[in-house]
Amino acid sequence: MTGFLEGKRLLVTGVITDQSIGFHVAKLAQEAGATVVLTGFGRLSLVERIAKRLPSTPPVIELDVTNQEHLDGLADKVREHVDGLDGVVHSIGFAPATALGGGFLDTPWEDVATAVHVSTFSYKSLAIACLPLLGRGSGIVGLTFDATKAWPVYDWMGVAKAGLESTNRYLAQYLGEKGIRANLVAAGPLRTMAAKSIPGFEKFENPFQERAPLGWDLTDQTPTAKACLALLSDWFPATTGEIVHVDGGYHALGA
Amino acid sequence: MKDRSEIVTGLAEILEEVAGVNPDDVAEEKSFTEDLDVDSLSMVEVVVAAEEKFDVKIPDDEVQNLKTVGDAVSYIQKNAA
Repeated sequence: MTGFLEGKRLLVTGVITDQSIGFHVAKLAQEAGATVVLTGFGRLSLVERIAKRLPSTPPVIELDVTNQEHLDGLADKVREHVDGLDGVVHSIGFAPATALGGGFLDTPWEDVATAVHVSTFSYKSLAIACLPLLGRGSGIVGLTFDATKAWPVYDWMGVAKAGLESTNRYLAQYLGEKGIRANLVAAGPLRTMAAKSIPGFEKFENPFQERAPLGWDLTDQTPTAKACLALLSDWFPATTGEIVHVDGGYHALGA
Repeated sequence: MKDRSEIVTGLAEILEEVAGVNPDDVAEEKSFTEDLDVDSLSMVEVVVAAEEKFDVKIPDDEVQNLKTVGDAVSYIQKNAA
């Protein structure tokens, strides 16, 4: 895979542990020749420790996607490290506890709003914040969990992901004239920090493991990370508004 | 093999840096969450820092079993390179 992303400059969000999808995206990107800049949220010291576990330690920029000052300052901060971007990876989501775990009918609007702000609207916010750095042929990739269906306990996060999938189509529409692509990877369940915070996450696990035509490994982030990077590479030049499923084929099945 | 008090001292340094825990409060019988008020995300960072300080890998499944400082000391003592 050497050289597959040679010379590419990527901004990767959502790294919090070495199990984060973002961590594996950053690792494979570096191994494929890309220069990576990370953003971190909340516990910057943790993100910086994890960044040191990458093949080459990337800079870490603080970014809270609900903080307009952070968004406004992002492009300049990225420019301190690279002169532009060829790709952006959005691996960000959050829902308050009331919005997940089976209380769907009782979740207050404020908590739904938070979930949608952080998990859905932020995809557009991040794209716009990075726009001054993106040129023709560049792309943005986000992570979804197939939102065409209702899942156990996923609740308002599922609604937020449905919004994300729609946002992806609109971004494709509005950024297309600048030659910028927007695509999503719909990954199967992975045991990340985010997954661990979903009460009842194990309800997702068995169906994928038992039924996915190719099988599904809950602890292997590599297939998902590879798909993100493939979409940011030069090998999907005419693809935008797309959702690529990396789920062992689970989505293709009926009963 | 490192002795237990040496590991407790090392963990106390990490807990102070990561979670602002007073090193004098750190003792083997103390629970990370209940006695030392270490939240789950801080605990993740404590584990990452401990892995580096003691050259040990602490898998996720194992972290759930590390309720007290003493549990962590035993694990590190047994598994450190």
